[in-house]
Amino acid sequence: MEITMEKTLDQKVVVNTIEAIDTSKPSKIEVKDVNVWYGDFQAIKGIDMEIKPNTVTAFIGPSGCGKSTFLRLFNRMNDYIDSHRMEGKIKINGKNIYKKKVNVEELRKEIGMVFQKPNPFPKSIFENVAYGLKIQGIKDKKFIEERVEKALKQADLWEEVKDKLKKSALALSGGQQQRLCIARTLAVEPSIILMDEPTSALDPISTSKIENLIFELKKKYTIIIVTHNMQQASRISDYTAFFYIGELIEYGKTKKIFTNPEKKRTENYITGRFG
Amino acid sequence: MNSIQKNRLKDRLFMYWGMFSTLIGLVLLVVFIGDILIDGLGIIDWSFITNLPSRKAEKAGIYTALMGSIWILFLTAFIAIPVGVAAGVYLEEYSKKNWLSGILEINISNLAGVPSIIYGLLGLEVFVRIMNLGASVLAGSLTLSLLILPIIIVATREAIKAVPKSIQDASYALGASKWQTIWHQILPASGGGILTGVILALSRAVGETAPLIVVGALAYVPFAPDNPMDEFSVLPIQIFNWISRPQHGFIENAAAAIIILLGITFIMNGIAVYFRNKWQKKWK
Repeated sequence: MEITMEKTLDQKVVVNTIEAIDTSKPSKIEVKDVNVWYGDFQAIKGIDMEIKPNTVTAFIGPSGCGKSTFLRLFNRMNDYIDSHRMEGKIKINGKNIYKKKVNVEELRKEIGMVFQKPNPFPKSIFENVAYGLKIQGIKDKKFIEERVEKALKQADLWEEVKDKLKKSALALSGGQQQRLCIARTLAVEPSIILMDEPTSALDPISTSKIENLIFELKKKYTIIIVTHNMQQASRISDYTAFFYIGELIEYGKTKKIFTNPEKKRTENYITGRFG
Repeated sequence: MNSIQKNRLKDRLFMYWGMFSTLIGLVLLVVFIGDILIDGLGIIDWSFITNLPSRKAEKAGIYTALMGSIWILFLTAFIAIPVGVAAGVYLEEYSKKNWLSGILEINISNLAGVPSIIYGLLGLEVFVRIMNLGASVLAGSLTLSLLILPIIIVATREAIKAVPKSIQDASYALGASKWQTIWHQILPASGGGILTGVILALSRAVGETAPLIVVGALAYVPFAPDNPMDEFSVLPIQIFNWISRPQHGFIENAAAAIIILLGITFIMNGIAVYFRNKWQKKWK
């Protein structure tokens, strides 16, 4: 337990030094009457919501309620599923990202994503973080090195890997891999970060590191996180949205949802009576 | 006898049957290779490899056939690899999964099972006659390319399927285009598998005889080919030709040529195994 506390303090120092070179550009997200189908199955039913900049919003709900599908709408990751069909509008800073003219690759540089299982590329630690920049055609080595270092510091991983940047990312522990994936996302400098159960495959110490990280990152980024862990949602999020069978049942300040929910169903889920 | 004893007996019987079956193949192969080595090993020396074919057994060498085989090998690789890998990538990554792609998939698998002589007939008609390439190295390579394309396509698809979806997701999520994801992630990750399939396909091409006979590869070519439009012979055809002669000397020559051909295929398979192991380690 002592070790965890120390690390937490360390990390705060690191993050604070980064704040000086801030490049934040918070984004507002508006969702208007969104419906999603997989073939005949309707996965998302008429959702309206607004997500405020520089907040952490938690999506909770039982498995199969559509929260991951919904999350993947924001960076259009569902585009690759053949049977997927979507109706409605999702506006980011006033622009509908589902318009025909939208460049999906550009969109995904604005909206980063961290996945459930750590998924580093089978390349070196450095190459993992540099990948997002290199595919943009950036060749300036010094620029890339600076960005990689900055991203690794932001993700609280720099101290652990600075001497082995050329080593394979697959040799890192699960928790380190997940922070590497966060660093990889930060290197592209997005304004929104989507996280799909980022700690569900990690041990408690790695989980607490990532939670601390999320807490720090929200100063610069808008974060949406899908989680099955109620304590996690209440610990780290400002707003919480409860989904049930494709519908948004309740959405509001986390404190309110967890202490005094309006809907009976929300209360039952949070208190563990179903799901 | 109760049921436990019965099961044990069945278990033992099956084990012996399996052992016997394995041994049949192994023993036959050992006998065959031993026989060939006894007949041919004494013949192999540098002049056997560098001599031109001859009517006298002791003077005859495999130079033209070996060079023909090497020409065929490289030209076939040059044609079949880009086409086969591209087709595999397309089918796995770009084509929509519908009834048409289903039919395509079944047919490609079926093509891998078509007898090679049918490909020879196709090559004779299309490449030798219609395209007027004659009985050239190019016509032979094109024919063999057709023969091994299905194998390369299937191997490419299998290798791509084995790349974890999470890696592709990560690449797309960072703003990579489809092509960038294929080039930077999918192909490097599936490279070992693709290479294994390609080498196995090529080692099959090196051993093929029937389609090349139909296309018109001659048994007696006085010179090694020096461009793709030259006439040619290959090792299997040289072996076939020697074996069908009555003099004992040629039988020994054939055995020696078989050793060389087997050597080439073993080395190629060895390379394939090496790459497969290396690739598996990388993913561990």
